Parts: sequence; C-alpha cells; structure tokens
Amino acid sequence: MRVVIAEDLFLLRDGLTRMLQAHGLEIVAAVDNGADLLAAVTADKPDVAIVDVRLPPTFTDEGIRAALAARREVPGLPVLVLSQYVEQLYARELLASGSGGIGYLLKDRVFDSAQFVDAVRRVAAGGTAMDPEVIARLLARNTGDGAIAALSPREREVLSLMAEGRSNAAIAQRLVITERAVAKHTASIFLKLDLQPSDDDNRRVLAVLAYLEG
Amino acid sequence: MSAGFTPGGPEDWWARQAQKAPEPQLPWPSVPWPPPPASSARQSPTPRLPVPEPSAWQSQVPASSSAPQFPAQQPPVPPSQPPAQQSPAQRSPAPSAPSAPQSPAPWPTARQSPAAQFPPLQSSVPQSSIPWSELWSWLGGRLAVAGRGLALFGLALFGLVLLGALAATLALLPFLTVNLIGTDKRGDAAAAGFLAIVAWLTVGPLLLLWMRSLARLTRKLADRWCGVPIAEPYLPRPWADGGKHGPRQWLGWLLRDQATWRDLAWVAVDGLLGWLLALLPAALLFLGILGVFAPSFASGSIRFLAIVGAAAGLWACPWLLRGYGHFAHSMLAPTKEAELALRVRQLAQTRTEAIDTSAAEIRRIERDLHDGAQARLVAMGMTLDAAGQIIDTNPDAARALLFEARDASVKALAELRDLVRGIHPPVLADRGLTDAIRALALDSPMRIHVVSDLHGRASAPVESAAYFAVSELLANVSKHAEARQTWIDIRHTDDMLRIGVTDNGHGGADPSRGSGLRGIERRLASFDGVLAVSSPPGGPTAVTMEIPCELSLPKTSSSLGTA
Repeated sequence: MRVVIAEDLFLLRDGLTRMLQAHGLEIVAAVDNGADLLAAVTADKPDVAIVDVRLPPTFTDEGIRAALAARREVPGLPVLVLSQYVEQLYARELLASGSGGIGYLLKDRVFDSAQFVDAVRRVAAGGTAMDPEVIARLLARNTGDGAIAALSPREREVLSLMAEGRSNAAIAQRLVITERAVAKHTASIFLKLDLQPSDDDNRRVLAVLAYLEG
Repeated sequence: MSAGFTPGGPEDWWARQAQKAPEPQLPWPSVPWPPPPASSARQSPTPRLPVPEPSAWQSQVPASSSAPQFPAQQPPVPPSQPPAQQSPAQRSPAPSAPSAPQSPAPWPTARQSPAAQFPPLQSSVPQSSIPWSELWSWLGGRLAVAGRGLALFGLALFGLVLLGALAATLALLPFLTVNLIGTDKRGDAAAAGFLAIVAWLTVGPLLLLWMRSLARLTRKLADRWCGVPIAEPYLPRPWADGGKHGPRQWLGWLLRDQATWRDLAWVAVDGLLGWLLALLPAALLFLGILGVFAPSFASGSIRFLAIVGAAAGLWACPWLLRGYGHFAHSMLAPTKEAELALRVRQLAQTRTEAIDTSAAEIRRIERDLHDGAQARLVAMGMTLDAAGQIIDTNPDAARALLFEARDASVKALAELRDLVRGIHPPVLADRGLTDAIRALALDSPMRIHVVSDLHGRASAPVESAAYFAVSELLANVSKHAEARQTWIDIRHTDDMLRIGVTDNGHGGADPSRGSGLRGIERRLASFDGVLAVSSPPGGPTAVTMEIPCELSLPKTSSSLGTA
C-alpha cells in the first residue's frame, strides 16, 4: 500500500515512516507542509494520505484544509488526519462530503501500532476511522431529540462502534453478539435514520454523519 | 443642533414607550447596555467610565440617541406570557420561551441605520388626507415633551429654593454677628455664632447633598427625556473599600469633590437662566391657548401670532428639550480631569485584578503540570528503567512494564490536552471565536444555537476572554438554569464585540450572589468590557457582553487559499 505522510515534526515523521514500513506499507513521500502534500498526492497518487492537523506556515488547522483540498484535487483520496486533540467540529467538516475514506485520530493512537495500521488500511479501503474520544464526547452529550433519540441503546452502541470505523465482524466481537445480529442492528439504524439502501460503506459514513449532527 | 442629532427623537421614544408591552417580558434587559457607546465616545475622551452595576443600568431607559442599543421591538418572548409574573408552580415544564427557533437571534436580524429606525419628522406629518390617529399621537407626543419641559422647569425652581436655603444658612453667621455684636449681649452673640456654625456644618452639607440628588435626577432625566446621557462625576465613597467611616470622612468626601461645587453652579445657572429652554414649549403653548380662547386678544394679528408661536413651540419642543439636555451636559458631565481620575482609578483596579487572575492561573497550571504530566513522566522513566534492567532476564515482565509505560504516556498526553484546552483551546487559536464557540456548543449537553456575523478575528486576548466568558456562562446554564435550549449571538458593530447568551431556563440568576458572573465581569473589565444580566424569576435569562475591540481580517493561508 502506498502512503503519503505530511507531518512537520521530523521525529514524528520519521517514526511514522519507520513504523508503517515495518508493517509492510510503502511510504512514497514524507513531506512537512500542506503545499508539498498537494503536490505529492497529485504526482504520486497514493492509496492513503496521513496528515497532521498543524502544519506550517500558520500552524493552525492547515492539515484539515490541506486534507480537504487534497480530496478535491484527487476525488475519493483516502485521508487520515492526525491531531494532538480532536474536535467534533473538525470531524464534521471532514465527513461533510458524505463519502468514505476519512480518518480522524489522536496522535496517541500511534502508540498501538497494530491498531493504527489497521485504521490506516480501513481508511485506505474507503472506510472511516473516528477517534474513540470524538465518540466518547458525543455520547456524553444528551441527545434528547433528533433521529438518534429513536435508536435503542444497543443500536446506539453499534452506531458508536460503527462511527469509530469498525467492521460488522469487529463490532460483533466487541459486543459479544453474532455478526448477523450486528447486521440486523445496522439495517435497523439505516432505516431509522432514513438512509436509502445503496453502497453499504457510504451508508455507514452517512450514519456516522447523522450521529455527529446529533 | 449637533451633527449627531436625530430629528424626532424624543417623541419617537414616547411612541415606542406607548407601544411597548410590560417591560419584564423582554428577555434582554430593558437597558442592557451602559450608555450608548457612540454617544459616550463623543462626550468623553475615555471609552467608558467605571463599570456600572447592572442594577444601575436597569434604571436607565434607552435614550433615543442614535447609538445602537437593544431596541424594544424584538423580544423573542411571546407577550402573552410575561415570565416575571409566573410563579414556578404555574410554569409548564417545557416553556416555549424564549422564542420560536426561527428567531434565534436576540438582536434585530437587520440592523437599520439610525435614520431608518427613527424616521424623519416630516414623514409623520400628514400629507394628503389627514390621518387623524397619527396626528393625535404626534400631538400627544409633543404635549408630553412640553410637559417634561415643564417638569424640568419645576426642578429648576426647586433648585432655586435649595440655593436660597443654602444662602440663608451661610448668611446666618454674619447676620447674627452684625446684629448681636454691637449690643452688650455677648453671651447671646457667642451662642448664636455657635448655632450658626453648627448650621453651616449640618444644614449646609445636607443641602449640598440634596443638590447632588437634584443634579443626579437631572442627569437621569436628561438621558431619558432629552436623549443626552450624562455620566456621573462623583468620587466614590472612601469607606466603600472598608476605610474609616465618620462625619469627618463624610464631610471631606462631599466637600473635596469638585463635582459638588459644579452641581451648585448648575443649580444656580439652571435656576436663573436654564429653565427658559425647558419652559419655552409649554409657555408658547399656553400663549397659544390664551390667544385662541382669551377674549382680551381682540386683535386678529396678535391672535394669529400666538397660534403660530404655539405651533412653532409644539414643532420645536423636542429640539428645545434636547438643547436643554446638551446645556445640562455642558455643566453636569464630568470634567476631563474628573474623567481621567476615574479612569485611572478604574485602570488601577482592573490591572490589579488582571494580575491577580493571571497569577492564580499560572499557579493552577504549575500545580496541574506538577501533579499530572510531570509525575507521570517520572513514573514512566522509572518503569522504563526497570524494564531495561530486567529485559535480559525476564523479557515477558519487561514487555509488561513497557506497555505500562505506554499507557502512562497516553494518560499524560490526555492530561496535557485537557490542560491546554483550559489555557488556550487549540480550536480558538486555529479558527477564532465563532468556531471555538461552535465547538463548545457541540460538546455541551444542551441544544445550543450559535449565530455569528464576525468577519475577522479579534485580538487573541479578547478572543480568549470572550471564549472563557461564554464557556463559563454555558457551564452556569447547564448547572443552574435547567434550560433546554440556549442561543448564542455573536456580533461586531461599532468597534464593539457583542455576545448574547440567552437560555430558556428558570431564570433568577443574580450576579451579586454568584461568584461566577462576578468573575466574568472582572475578567471583561480588563478590556473595558461589560456584562449585563437580565434574569427574572421564571426566566428567561439573558446575559450580554460587550467588549470594545477591532477586528482584523481573517488570516488566509498562503499555500492553500481558502481551502
């Protein structure tokens, strides 16, 4: 799998490169700013771009904007955004297009390399990977009204795991239920959120988006 | 007539008052803002005098000045349920107040120019067919203005009485001495002199104090009736800060205040000349009535003149009253010196508070780092060291220790993240106030509607202060108000950042009791910002903040454009 990394801190960039290479991923470019990222994704056509939120020159939300710009340049380009902190606001913006291939994770998640690489692969395959902290803060919210309120507690559990980007198999394993039960729950969620049957991956993203909208 | 004068101000105010439904139902304070910024800037070199107590603001009524203020015409509360009168038992569990969601903006959605808000005088004058109701309301407004002039005239007369009393008190000593000292009643003279001095020291200051009350009333009325807000120039009571409180301090406070003597001068000038302006409309009107009804005005031309005079008086009375207001302002407003003295005192106070607050913040951060991340890093180092020592002999245990160290680093990072959020939230630095407040709203358990028309970024300290003020207000709302919804409105007009936070909770918030609101007020004061709270029992609660600041254009990224 071909990966482009945009991270301005040399140590982290180097560490990410080594770690992903150790897991058999190919790093085609490792850059330190948004403009170079754009050039790299258009030139190298990677399978996934891993982008830090804070990049020069402004060191604010450059990475988010670079990620969105990269997806406009190369439609459908899977992007995994890394950050020292997560904001629901940014999660929404990243998911706003309604298409998959988006990840938004805390940098801490790099510590667990197996899970991190798993998330990278999931995003590259067009899935989503939302940081559990985004989900936790969502759950802390009292979603008193809206479509989400119509979901049963179990369905909400399934939806939050789905939002993290887990597959039906992984959800089944986590909740100790059968995969068929998970499929039943997801179908019910899609129905209650009024998501038309289409490409399943896309519907999963839309469900997460509905979730984020509260 | 000054350039900023808006024709037809006072009577429009009158008309607005007439239209206005009972006041308490406004979710916004009836006078939420301190004296309108534009006019206060015109009249005083300093942007703002010491922050008045919100209760003091409540007593002010919006002057019909051209400065923007909360107009009375858009309360988001249905007039049918004035929350102030509702007992908690009557309240339905889910009040629909403060508004239907379609009008979340507590401010008028389209801010009109002052000229549009107060239509020119001519437009209210009937053009072709005579709209009687309009004419009557116009006439009623003008008569009310004339009546106010009459009342101001009455005040001037009362001032003259006070002045006379003061003069009599002062004259007592020389009068008695002259009359008694020639005679051989020495003892009587001494007693009389003693009495006179006692009168000087008691009745004199008391009269001065009354004059102060009179001047204060005039200031209030000048704001309310003439549309000329006048700031109070008085020195604060020295014993307010816990100093000694006795007759001597009291006398010193009264007599050493320059404003006391300026009040005296005002009473004298107003009593001798000033009342002419105030009385003129009523007098012209009276003459007109006399001209119509009195038989002695036999001559037609005199009768005509009287009627024309009355009409002119009616037409011009708002201007005359405003002129009176400006005259009062010229004498009653704080002098530059007094204003500067007040400003220095206020700056010294807010500076001390700002230093105290930031010192406390730094102590808190130091403690958090010391007990949190630092301690975890120490533990991590020790764990790693232990792992290094046993890695050859017991690789499994070493691996467990390494995992432990990793978990500790995750926790340290989480703590650092929380700490950073408390110091300066990254999203605030990244995106500015609006998005930071949106992010705050997303994290809140309540339903929060954020409306903003900020085009640009305020300076970082102002953004930070505003952000934490809103954050604290939201925390207050979720802790105390039991609100279901909250509306946040962010605007920048006339170099003033305005943020309104309204909730539909049960109200009853009192800044004088809770330290939270006081804390916000103090923090805003460092930026000359102010906070107004309107929270009748039963709700809704509306908190509004105003911080003078300029916006810079939003930063655009050089490499990515507006991506």
